[in-house]
Amino acid sequence: MKHAFRPLAAAAALALAAGGAHAQNLTIVSWGGAYTASQQQAYHDPYMAANPGVKIISDDSASEGLAKLRAQVESGTVTWDVVDMVAADAIVACDEGLLETVEPDSWLAAAPDGTPASKDFIAGTLTIGGTNCFIPQIVYSTTFGYRTDAFKGRQPSTIADVFDLKTFPGKRALEKKPIANLEWALIADGVPGKDVYKVLATPEGVTRAFAKLDTIKDQVVWWTKGAQPPQLLADGEVVIASAYNGRLFSAIVEKKQPIAMLWDWQAFDLDGWVVPRGAKKLPAIRKYLRFATDTQRLADQAKYISYGPARNSSIPLVGKHAKLGIDMKPHMPTNPKNAKTILLFDYVWWADHRAELDERFNAWLAK
Amino acid sequence: MSTTTDRVMRTADGLPLKLSLQKALARSRLRAALLVLPLLGFLVVAFLLPIGDMLFRSVDNRIVGSILPRTALAIQGWDADGTELPGEAVFEALVRDMQAAAKERTLGRAARRLNYEKPGMSSLFRKSGRRAKRITGPSWRDRLIGIDKRWADINVWRLIHRESGALTGSYFLSAVDLSLNDRAELVRQPEPRRIYLTLFGRTVWMSGLITVLCLLLAYPVAYLLATQPLRVSNLLMILVLLPFWTSLLVRTTSWIALLQTEGVLNDLLVFAGLISEDGRLQMIHNKFGTFVAMVHILLPFMILPLYSVMKTIPPSLMRAARSLGATPFTAFVRVYMPNTVSGVGAGCIMVFILSIGYYITPALVGGRTGTFISNFIAIHVSETLNWGLAAALGVLLLGLVLALYLLYDRIVGIDNMKLG
Repeated sequence: MKHAFRPLAAAAALALAAGGAHAQNLTIVSWGGAYTASQQQAYHDPYMAANPGVKIISDDSASEGLAKLRAQVESGTVTWDVVDMVAADAIVACDEGLLETVEPDSWLAAAPDGTPASKDFIAGTLTIGGTNCFIPQIVYSTTFGYRTDAFKGRQPSTIADVFDLKTFPGKRALEKKPIANLEWALIADGVPGKDVYKVLATPEGVTRAFAKLDTIKDQVVWWTKGAQPPQLLADGEVVIASAYNGRLFSAIVEKKQPIAMLWDWQAFDLDGWVVPRGAKKLPAIRKYLRFATDTQRLADQAKYISYGPARNSSIPLVGKHAKLGIDMKPHMPTNPKNAKTILLFDYVWWADHRAELDERFNAWLAK
Repeated sequence: MSTTTDRVMRTADGLPLKLSLQKALARSRLRAALLVLPLLGFLVVAFLLPIGDMLFRSVDNRIVGSILPRTALAIQGWDADGTELPGEAVFEALVRDMQAAAKERTLGRAARRLNYEKPGMSSLFRKSGRRAKRITGPSWRDRLIGIDKRWADINVWRLIHRESGALTGSYFLSAVDLSLNDRAELVRQPEPRRIYLTLFGRTVWMSGLITVLCLLLAYPVAYLLATQPLRVSNLLMILVLLPFWTSLLVRTTSWIALLQTEGVLNDLLVFAGLISEDGRLQMIHNKFGTFVAMVHILLPFMILPLYSVMKTIPPSLMRAARSLGATPFTAFVRVYMPNTVSGVGAGCIMVFILSIGYYITPALVGGRTGTFISNFIAIHVSETLNWGLAAALGVLLLGLVLALYLLYDRIVGIDNMKLG
């Protein structure tokens, strides 16, 4: 089979060399839905307009990204060019040696004022978890939304209120994972935010976190897909839910549901680009990434979806929602008003303890 | 003897008839084999090889040995049962391995592999790998312990010693809530971490109950389908097949809309005054939800084999039984039901095996008490990338199904199964 195609491949290579920029396909893997649409409008369409020889093909299989990426790299048949991944997955993939390493200043464009990329991206995001494979696009957060018609008088405003069934009775929705829930439980139990991982590193700390979760266990619906919590809130199935802030924004602002945001101790997370190791079109990929992660492009994406750009220089450029015309700045998780208290995951700690705590969390759930 | 050879029958061209027949048979066998060849090839390439590869991963342990080859070799000579740390040579081997692996960017894999066995190994290797570049000479041991004092922990070395072989049983141990402690003794996982045996147990008993419920619901439906006049039974058949053709996700999501606490069924019950507004029933995101949704989704797999068997039972059998004096009940139980055993067997096996490996429905409606073992296999394949453990869980599940299948064969006999 391989031999049969060799003349064809040679011909294609010749054609490419002779014609310069003949049509070239880039396969870009992302999450589908509103998220891919925002990337299409902010990155892909302008890039294809500026580079008529390039055709970007969207593949919506990012939710199985890690497993498929490993299968491709291990079998030596890498067909993906750029993959959108959350930081936690990118760290795993980078550790497993599945990704190309990124040299920020040679790969990525500097800010308009000349600040090199390595300084312009929010501190620490390019080297998240001690890796060097990840180019962040957006800052998103897992935070809480609550139904505005569920409580008379005082409305929930702190993470402690989420765990307070007496004052705020009703069902909660939480993600079916230990990460974030254990940290929140400890903070709600009175642990200062900066000491969370110190406490969690001790067996007593873990037990304390689970004990706090125990107090609401009967009232929790556990979600696994990002679309579930806004739906649960909209149906009135739960009164408070943890959810991705962009999903809550869409439920509140676009669909006008009676839901409000509770930003206290929102858990910051990153989503960004990675390049599979052994990707064949590296120069074309780098050219695309340089464009798609420059200051203006990252700011543009926030017009379509309420996630904050990962470059400091993009933040002041965030404008109005493309369809609704409302100012997007107050809806950004990075807005100082929303970011008074934030939880930053310690990915190195989680890499050590994830397997163990996953098992413990699921054993706890099953009881 | 010679007289017998003379009596051999020969074909027109003088060949002995037996030989000629054999030739003809061989030709047709070859033709048959050639016809099956594409399917066989397809099965080998698309099914047996990938499954075999996946199964092998459950014991494959070449990661540590291939990424840290010098260490794996040097540590063989060390007495892991003793109380002494390994010698200078082993420390040097590890530093050199880490330097090479950091360049190849493979150290993370080895670290993740060892971290499955001992939490903390990931950060230990990550930190040491970054700083090992600068270590150039003796004392290797003091320099490495200077980077992180955990290298002075003899149990870290015992773990490397244990997991540097080419095969391991540790994935299988994890899959049944066991582990090896620092002294390589078999122990149960600490109580808060035991999960997989519970899940295997739950998967089996819930699948069993789902099968029984399906049988109870499907039997009368199939009977109606088989005995009603064509006009009625065609309509009924469409009612069975329409949901069967509808997307699985649509059916699962519809159950959520029907059963949730603010859902249609609860609204009706409140409206009818049967329950109070505060007493709405929790019918989804738990075992009950899993049962309802799974029974509904798997019902056609029970109805169809039952129907195809019942269709072949002549109505005259029942009439004969009645005319010989049996009550309708006796006739049904003693004459009709024994004739449907092959369909019952086929339907039960099909529903049970499908449900034991079910994944998406329990994930969506199972909540915290209604999830199956397959949900964990999926988590380890696509989220934690611990394919070794996923493979071990898969092997156990496969073994379980095969064991039940053999049991069925012993009790009922597989030849009695009839799929249509």
